[in-house]
Amino acid sequence: MTDSVSGGRGLFGVSGSGDTSGFGGLVRRTRVPASLGRPVGVEEFDEVLDGLAEALSGGERTEDEVEPAFASFDEVIERIVVDRGELTLHVKPEAIADVCRTLRDDEGLRYELCSSVSGVDYPAQDRRLHAVYHLTSMTYRRRIRLECAVSAEDPHLPSVTEVYPTADWQERETYDMFGIVFDGHPNLTRILMPDDWEGHPQRKDYPLGGVPVEYKGAEIPPPDQRRAYK
Amino acid sequence: MTGYDTYAPERETTQGKVFTVTGGDWNDVVSGVDPIHDERIVVNMGPQHPSTHGVLRLVLELEGETVTEARTVIGYLHTGIEKNLEFRTWTQGTTFVTRMDYLAPIFNETAYCLAVEKLLGITEDIPERATTIRVLMMELNRISSHLVWLATTGMELGALSMMIYGFREREFVLDIFELISGLRMNMAYVRPGGVAQDVPPEAIKKIRELLDFMPKRIKEYEDLLSGQPIWLQRTQGVAVLDVTGCLSLGITGPVLRSAGLAWDLRKTQPYCGYETYEFDVPTQPEADVYARYLVRINEMRESLKIIEQALDRLKPGPVIVADKKIAWPAQLAVGLDGMGNSLNHVAKIMGQSMESLIHHFKLVTEGFRVPAGQVYIPVEGPRGELGAHVVSDGGTRPYRVHYREPSFVNLQAIPAMAEGGLLADVIAGGASLDPVMGGCDR
Repeated sequence: MTDSVSGGRGLFGVSGSGDTSGFGGLVRRTRVPASLGRPVGVEEFDEVLDGLAEALSGGERTEDEVEPAFASFDEVIERIVVDRGELTLHVKPEAIADVCRTLRDDEGLRYELCSSVSGVDYPAQDRRLHAVYHLTSMTYRRRIRLECAVSAEDPHLPSVTEVYPTADWQERETYDMFGIVFDGHPNLTRILMPDDWEGHPQRKDYPLGGVPVEYKGAEIPPPDQRRAYK
Repeated sequence: MTGYDTYAPERETTQGKVFTVTGGDWNDVVSGVDPIHDERIVVNMGPQHPSTHGVLRLVLELEGETVTEARTVIGYLHTGIEKNLEFRTWTQGTTFVTRMDYLAPIFNETAYCLAVEKLLGITEDIPERATTIRVLMMELNRISSHLVWLATTGMELGALSMMIYGFREREFVLDIFELISGLRMNMAYVRPGGVAQDVPPEAIKKIRELLDFMPKRIKEYEDLLSGQPIWLQRTQGVAVLDVTGCLSLGITGPVLRSAGLAWDLRKTQPYCGYETYEFDVPTQPEADVYARYLVRINEMRESLKIIEQALDRLKPGPVIVADKKIAWPAQLAVGLDGMGNSLNHVAKIMGQSMESLIHHFKLVTEGFRVPAGQVYIPVEGPRGELGAHVVSDGGTRPYRVHYREPSFVNLQAIPAMAEGGLLADVIAGGASLDPVMGGCDR
């Protein structure tokens, strides 16, 4: 149920000098939850997935339709991940607003509240910038996570502010921190950083900054330059 | 003023009217111009303004006393807490998240720790006493946070005595926090795996004292405000936001409940065993500032109920998870400046056991690894849904932590509440959201 990706080498993050720790050859593997096919085997999640597939393929199926029209579901959902009791759908970026609208409006889904929009940066991936949406269904007391991956070169995806007005500031923050551009947002400007700020601070290649501190004669480097276990 | 004036001819420019004054009295010249006519006034309120709860800036466009447009500007207290977390160990993370919403530190810590525990897969292993203490601390914190709201809002709307009384009782709650954790605020008390140390007997005594006098004090606040004509006029029918408005803007917490929807995560998606406590979710139908006041007052009463139940079920036992690879040394001595060292622990690692010293060193410098994955943990903070989205890449530090801060989301309601209303009601409406800028800007 897991995919393995390399988590890097060594233990101390040493580079550029000889390995004196003896851990330089250590290859760390990170296990990440694998993508599942439908049905995922959890009743609650299958209900949501079936409901979404049905809604996306255009409403109720008639009796004589043996093969359900899931084409449209497979077109917009790239991966399904169930991990630690939480359902994550990786959605094609261009479809995010439509998927959100379906999740909000369909009677069997009713995700009325968009709890959170934020981002995560995975520099090792081609489409490194992930926009993450947490939706809440108050009717069914369920939660779902949607994830959209875009590349840093073309970080565009549709804004969901038309569907969830509350996403306004949260998309602005995601733009501010990650540089993800939400097309169709009414006022996509920086929100936490000053307007003339350069760069997007939450990206992994953006340094933390800081100054060395002298304490009892010894100089302690800023947190991002300290030697640390990886 | 019409016609040509030899003393002060005027002409229209792109910048507005320009007078060329060659003689005469300045007052005569300008008296002909109606200052109100066709004039929009843009008022900048904040970021340094006593009634903006910190460093919130409002740009208000006024026509007379009526607000035609309100723009909220935030970011003045952005301290990069989320970024900083990525450079510390998982346990050190609590020290940072506790400083986000500084009026609700226990909630920040609990959301973060519940998330880390879920990632570690040890949710079931958290000792019952630790969970009960968390509930106890959260509800005490909810009372202290609502008291600050009551105090500051009272002050802003002209009820200055309320400010003094509110802070007086809040100080008592903070004294309890100090007894338990060594610190009044930003305690970093809740840790992944449990809590930093046990509740001392003196604190239990003091909490009982609070339970004893607090209902009377809450009654006093109500006597002071509820029938007060000025308070009623400043709050009733002001800054109305109905359920539809709340949901589309993502507003949760007391503001949503003041619109009549009994959505409280402690009831609807329980955590920390809240489903086993007996309490009600106060709601009001009016959706105005007064309704929010009543909801908060009643929530304090409900919190007292929960605290009493939590005290009764506080059975002796460990307060941190048994797994020594995760649990930091608990039972630290409380000094004048917060939590200090555990003398027994220091004696053991320095004098008796080499293995313990190695283990201690590894745990404190390297920390523990958290299996890769991501979780989202929402808790019901004093201001609404406080969600911690925590991502791990399998390392010893958080890969990404994002807080869904109710202050941040709720502040989006200010234009909806303020536009079309009076300037004075902007204060009442904004205050009724109870924004804390430390949480909003993080």
